Amino acid sequence: MKDRVQRFKLKVPSVTDNLYLIRDFIRMVAEKAGFNNEKQEQIALAVDEACTNVIKHAYKFNARRLIDIAIQIDRQKIKITITDRGRGFDYSKLKDPDLKTYIKESRHGGLGIYLIKTLMDDVRYEFNPGIKNQVQLTKYLN
Amino acid sequence: MENFEVAREDRSDVSILRLKGFLDAHTAPKFEQAIQQLLTERRYKIIVSMSDLNYISSAGLGVFMGFIEEIRDNKGDIKLSNMTEKVYKVFDLLGFPALYQIFKEENEAAKRYHDV
Repeated sequence: MKDRVQRFKLKVPSVTDNLYLIRDFIRMVAEKAGFNNEKQEQIALAVDEACTNVIKHAYKFNARRLIDIAIQIDRQKIKITITDRGRGFDYSKLKDPDLKTYIKESRHGGLGIYLIKTLMDDVRYEFNPGIKNQVQLTKYLN
Repeated sequence: MENFEVAREDRSDVSILRLKGFLDAHTAPKFEQAIQQLLTERRYKIIVSMSDLNYISSAGLGVFMGFIEEIRDNKGDIKLSNMTEKVYKVFDLLGFPALYQIFKEENEAAKRYHDV
C-alpha cells in the first residue's frame, strides 16, 4: 500500500510569546500521526528549543521576521523542518553540555541543542547565514 | 499570552517559590526576576516547588543553572520539590539530579536546610 504523506505548515512571527502556540500545534499534528502523549511532549519540546534558537539567535527578537515550520507525517514518522532566513544558528559548533562546567560559569543557556538531539531520532541542519538556515527533526513511531 | 506565575512564601530564613503554568523562553525572565529579588534580599535558602508546573524548556532550566553558583557561595542552595513526572524527565535528561537535591515535598526540603 502506498504511504500517504500529509503536510502541514505554520508561519508565525518570531516572538517567544508564540512558543505555546507552536507547541500546541506540534502536539496536535503529532497526535494525528499516532504518537502517544509522552512522545507528543518530547516532539513539542524539541521544536520549542529549535524555535527559541531562531527567535533569539537568528532573528534577534525581531517580531517582523517569520519562523517557518513545515511538518510531514506518514505511517512511520513525523518530520519537522524549521526554516529561518536570518543569521541562523550553527548547530555543528555545539558540543554536548557539561552541566558542572556550565554551573561554574553561571551560564544560562546551551542546553537546548542537547535536548533536541536527545529527544528526536534524527537531526539535520543546513547553515547558510542570511540566505536560508534549516533544521530538520525526525521522530519515528516505532 | 503568558500562562506562568511565581508565588513566594518566606518561612524564617527559607524562601519557597511555587511555580505554576508553563516555563519557557517567554516566561523564564519572570522566574529569573523572582530569584534575583531573593538574592537582592540576601535570601539564599531557596526551595522551588513545582506541583503546578506543566511544562519546562531549557530556558527555564537555565535559570536554575545561572544562579546556583552564587547561591552556594553564600551558603545557600536551590532545592527542588513537588515535580510532576513530566517535568522531572526534562531535568533528568540533562543530568540535574546529580547536581541538585530533589524532594517529593516542600517540607522535606525545608527540613534539610535546618538539619545542617
